Amino acid sequence: MRILVLKVALGALLLTVHTATTAQAGKPLGLGTTATPEQIEGWDIDVRPDGKGLPLGKGTASEGEAIFLEQCAACHGDFAEGRDRWPVLTGGHGSLKADRPEKTIGSYWESASTIFDYVRRAMPFGNAQSLSHDDLYALTAFLLNMNDVIKDPEFELNQDNFTTIKMPNADGFYDDDRETTERKFWSAQACMTNCKSAVAVTAEAAILDVTPDSKSAPSVD
Amino acid sequence: MSKKGAPETRSSSRRQFLKSAGLTGAVMAAGARSAWSQAANAESNPENLPPHVADWSKYPGQGVADRPYGKPSKFEAHVVRRDVEWLTATRQSSVNFTPWHELDGIITPNGLCFERHHGGAPDISPADHRLMIHGLVDKPLIFSMSDILRMPRVNRVFFLECAANSGMEWRGPQLNGCQFTHGMIHNVMYTGVPLKVVLNEVGLKPNAKWLLVEGGDAAGMNRSLPMEKALDDCLLAFKMNGEALRPEQGYPLRLVVPGWEGNIWVKWLRRIEVGDKPWLAREETSKYTDLMADGRARRFTFVMDAKSVITNPSPQAPLRFRGQNVLTGIAWSGRGAITRVDVTLDGGRNWREARIDGPVLERSVTRFYVDFDWQGEELLIQSRCHDSTGYLQPTKNELRAIRGVNSIYHNNGIQTWLVRANGETENVEIS
Repeated sequence: MRILVLKVALGALLLTVHTATTAQAGKPLGLGTTATPEQIEGWDIDVRPDGKGLPLGKGTASEGEAIFLEQCAACHGDFAEGRDRWPVLTGGHGSLKADRPEKTIGSYWESASTIFDYVRRAMPFGNAQSLSHDDLYALTAFLLNMNDVIKDPEFELNQDNFTTIKMPNADGFYDDDRETTERKFWSAQACMTNCKSAVAVTAEAAILDVTPDSKSAPSVD
Repeated sequence: MSKKGAPETRSSSRRQFLKSAGLTGAVMAAGARSAWSQAANAESNPENLPPHVADWSKYPGQGVADRPYGKPSKFEAHVVRRDVEWLTATRQSSVNFTPWHELDGIITPNGLCFERHHGGAPDISPADHRLMIHGLVDKPLIFSMSDILRMPRVNRVFFLECAANSGMEWRGPQLNGCQFTHGMIHNVMYTGVPLKVVLNEVGLKPNAKWLLVEGGDAAGMNRSLPMEKALDDCLLAFKMNGEALRPEQGYPLRLVVPGWEGNIWVKWLRRIEVGDKPWLAREETSKYTDLMADGRARRFTFVMDAKSVITNPSPQAPLRFRGQNVLTGIAWSGRGAITRVDVTLDGGRNWREARIDGPVLERSVTRFYVDFDWQGEELLIQSRCHDSTGYLQPTKNELRAIRGVNSIYHNNGIQTWLVRANGETENVEIS
């Protein structure tokens, strides 16, 4: 009898496991605790192109310039032109088809919300999530002003007019189309013998030789 | 057969070969690069070779408590992740590369998995880590790591490849070493909870179409993940290769998005917001979009196409001996399983099917070999792979013809190595 009971219990256990790992919508496990509105507000920092997630606040490019010079210019330059290898934030207009395109906020970015969202979560580098909502609006206005998207440095950017901002390259993106534009890679024939008559080396890495040497390798401690 | 006189040491046979080829000088010049190659090829001490008996056969080695967490032999100290200092502005927002030329099989050891982070790698106490899920859900919830560990878990092997792997090579060969050209990929067995199990806890609203996945690091890394993928095969992983995730790989919790570009595998996962459209975060518009020659850019190019590379020989692992040699490499596809790998030694005139050995898994690295005889002739070696969707790895020029040279990401073109008569190997392109 005991063995039979054990078998039945084991069978029920296996069934439960199976359901939980393979079913699309099995019975919830009842784990986790309720996230309160206050807890969500403390962590919910994302902003979408349609303005969802924008906090209440306001700022002008003039106000943003002062913040930028104090908190951002050390890496990005006084005019957001970039220093050393830190990102260039302005310029590059019309360069996307060029041999050396310059992808900046003004020349490339699709949505102004991306500036707000990114600065809010990751900047200034080394002290993230330290800027006030008004600082964020002011810095976003400043960066848009440096990219000629907001012309008037006294224009007040706020949660109500934010979505009226249209980025110059807003229409420059399209969804992944490899399965149609690169269709031929799925039907390519793999030649195995006598596929070419002659082969020549056309480029060599040794000419540039930017490979780091072994001396710079970290040691295993 | 094996007792046919004292075997020649590896180093003396190497010198013999170099002398006969008259190339001693050339190899001295390449000394720095040769020094990184396999420890087995290092100079031998005759006192340790037969008929002598080595010290390690006479005296006890280290005790069990000496290394409570095991480390590689000191003779493997050169097998490390390496970075390219000029590539990025700072080491906190940078990348290093996996030394594939020193590895074999399909699993990447945890300490050698390449790193890419944007605000440094935090070391987060699991007791203080929380995953919040909110937005278009019936019941917003916060999960502790204890909660996650009480959910049904699975084990899966997947590759993680950075979309920018080989991204420096679009305009031509730049870096001499598969560690640098192809080192932004690792292959790991994850233990984790299917994402759909956790989403089932909060309950999805009918209009839930996208997830914002966000890290708890100082970059707050965020990406938009389509619901279809989230409910398909994504995992919330807490173990890699059997042990806890390494801090640089997202300890205590990371997202696993099989076959998709590494950037969306958010580490230190702290929050998932459920929404009805994508967020256009910086890492899916400013970065990780593929600029085409016409000035427009593809976005949401999530899948990593089929790709392969020969890891040995390669610039960091030159050929050293005439006669029998082993060529090996790795192949992978984000769309399915690798079904075949072809290898050429003569620059694509003729190909042979490589021998695949070890597990062949979907969206995992697959290992291949060609055992061949080398008599010092110059070789132009390439590998090309086929996947289970019928995709054939293209040449770099075929990719350039469609995409131009400014797309940075998703360079899965065929790699060419030139093996010179002295065995030195170089990154080249051919006609």
